[in-house]
Amino acid sequence: MRNSFMRAAIFTAAALLTTGIVTARAASTEADYKAAYAAADEANNEAGKLRNQWTTAVKALKDARKAAEAGDYDKAVELSKHSEELSKAAIFQANEQKNAWKEMEIR
Amino acid sequence: MRSATRLISTGFAAMALVASALAFGSLSAVRATEPPNPEADAKAFQKYFTDKFPKVKLDDFVNGPYSMNEDLRKQWIEKEEFPPYDFALDAGKELLAKPFKNGKTIADCFPNKGIGIRQNYPYFDEKQGKVVTLELAVNQCLESNGEKPFSYTKDDMAAVTAYMAYTSRGKPFDIKIPKDPRALEAYENGKRYFYTRRGQLNFSCATCHVQAGGERIRAETLAPALGILNAMPIYRSEWGGMGTISRRFTSCNSQIRAVPLKPQDDEYRDLEYYLSYVSNGLPISGPGARP
Repeated sequence: MRNSFMRAAIFTAAALLTTGIVTARAASTEADYKAAYAAADEANNEAGKLRNQWTTAVKALKDARKAAEAGDYDKAVELSKHSEELSKAAIFQANEQKNAWKEMEIR
Repeated sequence: MRSATRLISTGFAAMALVASALAFGSLSAVRATEPPNPEADAKAFQKYFTDKFPKVKLDDFVNGPYSMNEDLRKQWIEKEEFPPYDFALDAGKELLAKPFKNGKTIADCFPNKGIGIRQNYPYFDEKQGKVVTLELAVNQCLESNGEKPFSYTKDDMAAVTAYMAYTSRGKPFDIKIPKDPRALEAYENGKRYFYTRRGQLNFSCATCHVQAGGERIRAETLAPALGILNAMPIYRSEWGGMGTISRRFTSCNSQIRAVPLKPQDDEYRDLEYYLSYVSNGLPISGPGARP
């Protein structure tokens, strides 16, 4: 009886802790979204100046906007960060290819 | 799960980029900058493909995948009895001669009334200081006569250029690079665009049409880059209709997850200039039909 009470108490505590952690992680605000979106948008514009935007980065930005409009800031932040990562890879690619393209040339 | 998938996709892209940087980084330092030599480029380009496909006759490269695969060739020959671009030819012939509000026609804007001239496009226009493609010339004609320009990708543009190509069949590409540094720069810019990797898939035009030309990507046989524009515009079953060179370039970019540029942007016109020049001597075969 005592053991079963202990198990229930430990389970409840664990559940509360987990919920607490999840809640703490999930608490993205509109301000978080705006900051993440601005960074992603800047990276996307930079890729655009290099004439090398990726469709996936642009789509992630669009989806982030939609998520924010629906009030889902967790999702909006996650998508913004994903878009920023993709645009940074596009920028790296464009800069790296400024010379590397010559290695593919038929001579 | 969604995050894991994203992580994998971003990681894959990053790894591909780093791998290509490592593979080519050390080599690019070794290669000295050589002065541009379009004539030598064209010779090397044609040799690459004739060496790679010794059984394919030079002129046959203009038939794209049909020069690579016997089964596809048989299907194509049957298809040519009632070609799917036939309607476009009728429409194009009509459009070429259709009077504008001022009484002039598209034909009036071109040498020989637009008949048998496809092989001379694109050309470098020294007055405009840029490459003029056939598609651009058609829209410049319309606009200078107070008419609305056509969409660059399909419909009327595809029809009128299809008819112009049809009347030029068999004539060898004769693209010239005048002694104007801007023309050479445009050619080099087109070459750079052709070989530059872009998009999340980290592909260049050359990845599919040089390295993998003649091979399959899913159910499709990739056309070699040599002679690839000689067949344009084309009817594509995948599109369910006709498409221009602009359509081909923009859809290629989308397929590799790169945001396409605007049709007839500098890079696309320069790319057309480069690709047409290196196919000099090969006959016009357009309009074509592709799976």
